[in-house]
Amino acid sequence: MSRSTDVRGLVRATRHAFALGALVACATVGAAPADATQYPGVGRPATPAEIKAWDIDVRPDFQGLPPGSGSVADGQKIWDGKCAMCHGDFGDSNEVFTPLAGGTTQEDIKAGRVASLRNPEQVRTTLMKVSTVSTLWDYIRRAMPWNAPKSLSTNDVYAVLAYLLNLGAIVPDDYVLSDRNIADVQQKMPNRNGMMRMPGLWDVHGTPDVANVACMHDCPVRGAVISSLPGAARGSHGDLADQNRTYGPVRGQGVPTVAAAAKPGDGAGGNDAKMTALADRSGCLVCHGLTSKIVGPGYSDVAAKYHGDPAAQARLEAKVKAGGAGAWGAVPMPAQTQLSDADVHALVQWILGSTN
Amino acid sequence: MMRPPPRPARITRAPENFLSAADIRDVQAGRRGFLAQAFAAAVALGGATAVRAAAGTATGTAAGDPAILELPPWSTTLGHPVAARPYGQPSVHEKNLVRRESPGLTRVNAASVSFAPLQGLFGIITPSGLHFERHHQGWQDIDPTRHRLMVEGLVRTPTVYTMEDLMRLPSVSRIHFIECGANSGMEWANVAVPTVQYTHGMLSCSEFTGVPLSLLLDQCGLDRKRGRYVLAEGADGASLTRTIAMDRALDDVLVAYGQNGEMLRPENGYPLRLVVPGVQGVSSVKWLRRLKVGDQPFNTREETIHYVDLMKDGMLRQYTSIQECKSVITSPSGGQVIVDQGFLNVTGLAWSGRGKVKRVDVSFDGGRNWKTARLETPVLSKALTRFNIDWVWNGQPAILQSRAMDETGYVQPRMMQLREVRGTRSIYHNNAIQSWQVTAAGDVNNVQVD
Ligand code: HEC
Ligand code: HEC
Repeated sequence: MSRSTDVRGLVRATRHAFALGALVACATVGAAPADATQYPGVGRPATPAEIKAWDIDVRPDFQGLPPGSGSVADGQKIWDGKCAMCHGDFGDSNEVFTPLAGGTTQEDIKAGRVASLRNPEQVRTTLMKVSTVSTLWDYIRRAMPWNAPKSLSTNDVYAVLAYLLNLGAIVPDDYVLSDRNIADVQQKMPNRNGMMRMPGLWDVHGTPDVANVACMHDCPVRGAVISSLPGAARGSHGDLADQNRTYGPVRGQGVPTVAAAAKPGDGAGGNDAKMTALADRSGCLVCHGLTSKIVGPGYSDVAAKYHGDPAAQARLEAKVKAGGAGAWGAVPMPAQTQLSDADVHALVQWILGSTN
Repeated sequence: MMRPPPRPARITRAPENFLSAADIRDVQAGRRGFLAQAFAAAVALGGATAVRAAAGTATGTAAGDPAILELPPWSTTLGHPVAARPYGQPSVHEKNLVRRESPGLTRVNAASVSFAPLQGLFGIITPSGLHFERHHQGWQDIDPTRHRLMVEGLVRTPTVYTMEDLMRLPSVSRIHFIECGANSGMEWANVAVPTVQYTHGMLSCSEFTGVPLSLLLDQCGLDRKRGRYVLAEGADGASLTRTIAMDRALDDVLVAYGQNGEMLRPENGYPLRLVVPGVQGVSSVKWLRRLKVGDQPFNTREETIHYVDLMKDGMLRQYTSIQECKSVITSPSGGQVIVDQGFLNVTGLAWSGRGKVKRVDVSFDGGRNWKTARLETPVLSKALTRFNIDWVWNGQPAILQSRAMDETGYVQPRMMQLREVRGTRSIYHNNAIQSWQVTAAGDVNNVQVD
């Protein structure tokens, strides 16, 4: 009982402290506090510092864009250290996500329409689709690098965006992108005229673009099969018998499975699919490829490095649990605290065996 | 025209899988006689026929069904005490119906999708643990005492709410579906995946509890003249953002903390998410931390690079938000085998982002003739609606389809009609009629028909 009184006292004190801050806030926005509503005591005015901390969006008209600048050359350094491992040296990697750069031409930049979007064979890159440069600035600042979002400084965002735009030949090698010239860059975005809106599909009371009629008898369709599951896709989703109840009016078809986990480097032992799944579930494969480096080393490289080292098993188990850097470079592995000791043991054993 | 490819030899399941618990005890007790024959027949026939033969024969003996004649352990022993599992779990016999990924859909699993097992679900509510997942930068389990919602922009008083604040306000509970804009996106050009879990499983429906967004906007003093759009932003690494037009925002949008009677699950935005009924799932921003009122759309990444629909002429359609009326038969459905001839309840789901489902018709002949299905109640606006129709299957080949109509009179289109207008490369908003082919052997396969 006294405890709940304490809590209430604390809440009230906090609220009071904010109410004082609120007076300042209200002075800036020229308004009555939120308490003066139908729901007294619920919510409190945000302070200017709080709004500044969270109000990070940047609009197409550049409202919200903080002042600053960064050069293509500086951007390349940031790119090589913080982006290239996932997106490739030239933003063209398909390993972690679709390529960011490629598929745009000088003609596109003139026309503001990307011609290769009409080509079904062309992989759709970020620079092919994006119509507003503000979108890239906003997104890189809030979400990249993927494993350390919101860690870039304002000038770093300008620089790395300048480099990305340079990869698409939208700005020259010696360009310095800033809040003062970004509107000029907008006029060079290759797909700036390639976006349209469909009010009927945004407004719940609008008119849809496709219409059918509810014919009931002898409807004018052929009803012939024109597409069915390609042979290669059979079994691609595992044994369907295991994805349905084993009783009842329907069961899953037992289909031969294409070992979903048959990635390269997957040679060791019969429990590989199980271990790949465990590594996947445990989040390891976000940073480690089985045979290729992502953020951390490829597992086959780890196995090769410690081949014949009897102490490696115990040492790596400790390293996975505690995290750390230095063995492969300056980028640290975060402590993997989500795993049981048994799982860590099994994972490290599997990794060390992955070159057999 | 492409013909269905010949089916590779199927691996018949281990005999144990054909057996009920009682049968297994029979085998263990050495009473193999009546079963041996069933297995010989099943293995020789293979596939659907095997499933059927085993299921049909394994229960019959001269005296009767061993499941009746021999008392099972659950009738003859003491069961488990209360609270043995303080948070209840599904039966051990229900392990097969879980969320699953579609191999190769994305490259990394923290920016990916897991699909809900629609093939085995009943009614309209998706169990919270089976709600489909779509994350762009992994999911987080946020400390609710440190979570805040800020409402700012074109409002009189930019305001901060704690969870305590939000849970003090008048609440409403409403049942709505959430469907990813990319649901069925793999099938625009051709059949690509085997089962309804992968064709339609980016779809779930829950009872959400929370505060109407309009209440919060009003409390903060929304500038109704200039404020035309709301930006919603998440608190996770992606801090995903989407623009919501003001007429939607002031209509039925919820700032939700509850899901099916408990708090939201972390994968679904714990402790706070937006629910924008009828609109593609990405707008229902999870881990909601900020709402900003503005006078123009924000062109965020999820509305300028993704969730834009590519047309034949290379134009991208932006803000195509509404999930149009759609339906699918969930049982029998792709990748399943119909065990026995005779009566079968054909069942499925229908929904519309523009309101209530008015009617669902079902065809057994690839769309030539249709019969109207029964709708289970409740039939709610922008919620899943369950439909059922009787069928007597006599072993004849068939092509099953369902076609929904919503209260605006809109009729779910055929694949060909969608392709005529939008081509095959748009990824998003595929609400085509789904076809399931039933073979004479009882196999149900995903197909597209013209
Ligand atoms: C650990 C891997 C990783 C690193 C490091 C990384 N990214 Fe990314 N990046 C991703 C992934 C994964 C996505 C897609 C996320 C999603 O699906 O929502 C992405 C998306 C993007 C996009 C949007 C692409 C699109 O078409 O939507 C841009 C732009 C981007 N990254 C830029 C950068 C920059 C600049 C850096 C370095 C400062 C960086 N990334 C570092 C993994 C990474
Ligand atoms: C966020 C990225 C990230 C994740 C997630 C991650 N790792 Fe790592 N890992 C790294 C990096 C970076 C290194 C290299 C560290 C170094 O240079 O010492 C590394 C190194 C390793 C090594 C070799 C250590 C050495 O000293 O040679 C092993 C083994 C390993 N990781 C296993 C795992 C396992 C198992 C998991 C999942 C439970 C995992 N990692 C998850 C980034 C990651």
